[in-house]
Amino acid sequence: MSPTLFAQVLDPAHRADPYPLYEALRRSPVSRQDDGTWVVSSHAAIARLLHDPRISSEDLPDPPLFRWTGHPIQDLLVRPIRSRIVARHRPFIFRDPPDHDLLRRHVMREFSPGRVRRMRRETEAITGALLDRLEGRAAFDLVEDVSYPLPVTVICDLLGVPREDEPRFQGWATQLATALEPNQRTDAANAARNEAAFTAISDYLRGLIRERRASPRDDMLSGLAAGRDGERMNDYDLVATAVLLLVAGHETTVNLITNGILTLLRFPEHAERLRREPEIAPRLIEELLRYEPPVHYRTRLALADIGLGDATIPEGAPVVLLLAAGNRDPARFRDPDRFDPDREDNRHLGFGGGLHYCVGAPLARIEAEVALTAIVRRLPRLRLLDDPPPYRPGASLRGPRRLRLAVEAPVGAAR
Amino acid sequence: MSVAAGSPPRRIVVVGASLCGLSAAQALREEGFSGEIVLVGDEPERPYDRPPLSKQVLRGRCGPDTTLPCRPDLDLRFRLGTAAAGLDPRARRVVLADGGTIAYDRVLIATGTRARPWPGDPGSGPLHTLRTRRDAERLGARLADRPRRVVVVGGGFIGCEAAASIRAMGLDVTQVVRETVPLVQALGDAVGAMVAEVARGAGVDLLTDRGIDGIEAAGGETAVVRLDEGRRIETGCVLVALGAVRNVEWLAGAGLAVSDAGVRVDAECRALTPDGRVVPDVFAAGDVAQWPSAVYGGARLAVEHWGNAVAQGRVAARNMAAAGGPLARHDHLPDFWSHLYGLTVKLVGVPDGADRFAVVQGTLRERRFVGIYGAGERTVAAVSVDSARWLPAYRAAIAEGAPFPPFTGALDQPGFAPHPLATA
Ligand SMILES: Cc1cc2nc3c(=O)[nH]c(=O)nc-3n(C[C@H](O)[C@H](O)[C@H](O)COP(=O)(O)OP(=O)(O)OC[C@H]3O[C@@H](n4cnc5c(N)ncnc54)[C@H](O)[C@@H]3O)c2cc1C
Ligand code: HEM
Repeated sequence: MSPTLFAQVLDPAHRADPYPLYEALRRSPVSRQDDGTWVVSSHAAIARLLHDPRISSEDLPDPPLFRWTGHPIQDLLVRPIRSRIVARHRPFIFRDPPDHDLLRRHVMREFSPGRVRRMRRETEAITGALLDRLEGRAAFDLVEDVSYPLPVTVICDLLGVPREDEPRFQGWATQLATALEPNQRTDAANAARNEAAFTAISDYLRGLIRERRASPRDDMLSGLAAGRDGERMNDYDLVATAVLLLVAGHETTVNLITNGILTLLRFPEHAERLRREPEIAPRLIEELLRYEPPVHYRTRLALADIGLGDATIPEGAPVVLLLAAGNRDPARFRDPDRFDPDREDNRHLGFGGGLHYCVGAPLARIEAEVALTAIVRRLPRLRLLDDPPPYRPGASLRGPRRLRLAVEAPVGAAR
Repeated sequence: MSVAAGSPPRRIVVVGASLCGLSAAQALREEGFSGEIVLVGDEPERPYDRPPLSKQVLRGRCGPDTTLPCRPDLDLRFRLGTAAAGLDPRARRVVLADGGTIAYDRVLIATGTRARPWPGDPGSGPLHTLRTRRDAERLGARLADRPRRVVVVGGGFIGCEAAASIRAMGLDVTQVVRETVPLVQALGDAVGAMVAEVARGAGVDLLTDRGIDGIEAAGGETAVVRLDEGRRIETGCVLVALGAVRNVEWLAGAGLAVSDAGVRVDAECRALTPDGRVVPDVFAAGDVAQWPSAVYGGARLAVEHWGNAVAQGRVAARNMAAAGGPLARHDHLPDFWSHLYGLTVKLVGVPDGADRFAVVQGTLRERRFVGIYGAGERTVAAVSVDSARWLPAYRAAIAEGAPFPPFTGALDQPGFAPHPLATA
């Protein structure tokens, strides 16, 4: 075992193919790195820790308390108080029970089957419009033209953000997603940009929440703002939750769509099959979530000593759950490095597991299904212009920065 | 290590055609046993599931047909509606109540338990028990007439579940419990007190610390329940839920170690003689069996749990099918679930003999928590109410013989404050 393995995972040089490193890590599936972080890489150990009450998600460092502005009321009163409020009202992905459960319950209630069905129709319309814009193009960047705009528009629709405000949302989403990227948290300049983006989006959302309280509509923000059965989130939590939905539902879905097309073009027989049998889309997407998951790892904190096999993760240790390594664990999946949409019993970790299991999973599945089937149908002959493509810096939310594709047959008419 | 006897069996007889018997039969086929499998059962029905009888069935959420799924290609021979009246291990045969006999190469005793009746209960009229499908049908028909008040006697799981279900139908329910709180023997005083509060909150007239002097038939479906403090309750339906009796009478004279606690077996599910020797080719599993638990230092356990009936039946099947080679051991850590007043209660381990209890996640007040049971230095069991997702970590700790508490600092932990535990 080399203690520097996880450092290599973080190194952008390995972004295009981290899987050999994961295989090496799995040789000692609960291993301490030089910096005291524990990396967990087997399916069984990850699954166990996702359900372990000694594992906390409150591992987010407190926001920087304040930077000196020279204005005493600002520096000594306003900013510290605000920082404390922000720290207390973290998004629930960074919170533990009981608070986590209460907040999550509000969101779960809003993901009603009816709303999810409506979102499928919306997603189809949005995807159709995005693909229409490609008509006549000989080459395009999938990320910029489809994968990126689609999820923002969908989330804005879900929340009830007016279409005209979407460009602003897109900018905030991109910036704030870096807060979910553990190896970018320590970057002070980036933290400052996040703070500025958070202030801007909070102000915006607070205004929108006021409007929706005054005249509710059939959208999630109205539902969350109104609450149910006499329970209602406070405004801080409501803003944090809306931002979480935006961020968690955005970069992830971008990667799923981009990784999906990348994988289908690497294995064209599956693209062909999806074109002819669109009903295989759900299984194909589950396999994508296993084979090229958008979220490669999540971090936690050990609240007590945790014995796992021969290893004991000590109290207080930061823990990395390497979901993407668990997804390729030969002890759990036969022939794990093969992309096989016909795989039975595909219990991948692409959406995590346990109490933080992705609340947006039904929507994410719809987005991927709609996008991938529409793309292979309307663009039957695509060619990868760079393989591997360039990747974004994140090692956790891992995905191509660009995916340039040549169109070898024109975009078909809509539908 | 124990090794199976040499020759492969040709006919395996399973006595008791219910959950355990069927699980064993299925496992025999999975083990590749291709000989004859005969299931003898005194009930007329194909094997069915009992847990829904006090839950969904009683509330009318589903009909009384809870037949267990059974693949048609298993090629099982059922002798239903026929009780076994004796076992002759020397001649290797089961004697049937109708006078017939069935020869076996291996036999599995899976006759489970029956409801303990009220003394002198004729099995008709206003008195009911709840163990079989016929019980559920008769009780369901009675409740459909909406009797003015239903009295439930007993504070165990079936009594509590039934009281909750009947109350949920909008009927008036009085539950009479001899102990200080319901479920005290199973889960201890703290959890029992919470259940009492929930029951009262749901409108059940829960009388604790109260004995019954007698139940008098008052003509037709009416009865009068006389409490020891003199109060008389007139009722149109009495459900007697005083626990279970093991069905072992038919084994008299077979030379097996048998008691109120069931048929004694070893960890390999083989029946034993009173002096502890293995009775060749006789196995027992499920509610009727009492086995030495490796997890609890060899203590003999007898539980009435669905999960154990399945797991032990499967181990017995493997060992019955084996011809030579090492035998499998039943190293099962018992677990149990119940649905009460909309709460899901789960238990892992065996709290018998525990002297301490502590809530380690959540709170009793919110009715969402995990609690642990300590006996001496060890954690022997854990219970959860609407928090089952955390139990696997406690299960692993209990199986490893962890101290009390197994760990501190878990999520949503109000601080470790153990209390002495009372179970009476
Ligand atoms: C109302 C109710 C609710 C329950 N709820 C739960 C729950 O929520 N969770 C849980 O874990 N467990 C629950 N249980 C317990 C669970 O159902 C039992 O543990 C399980 O049925 C045991 O299976 P078994 O096959 O060992 O015994 P049984 O199911 O008792 O089957 C034994 C069979 O043998 C037959 N038999 C007896 N004597 C003879 C004879 N001499 N000849 C031929 N046949 C004979 C019996 O008639 C019966 O059919 C519940 C039980 C009841 C009654
Ligand atoms: C392909 C797309 C997606 C992937 C792969 C994905 C993956 C994940 C993963 C792995 C987690 C677990 C995090 C952890 O355990 O720490 C998670 C949580 C979460 N996801 Fe997703 N997600 C996707 C899409 C979405 C969408 C579309 C939404 C919202 C609309 C969303 C909202 C959330 C939220 C709110 C959480 C936090 C849940 C909690 O803490 O209880 N996700 N997601």
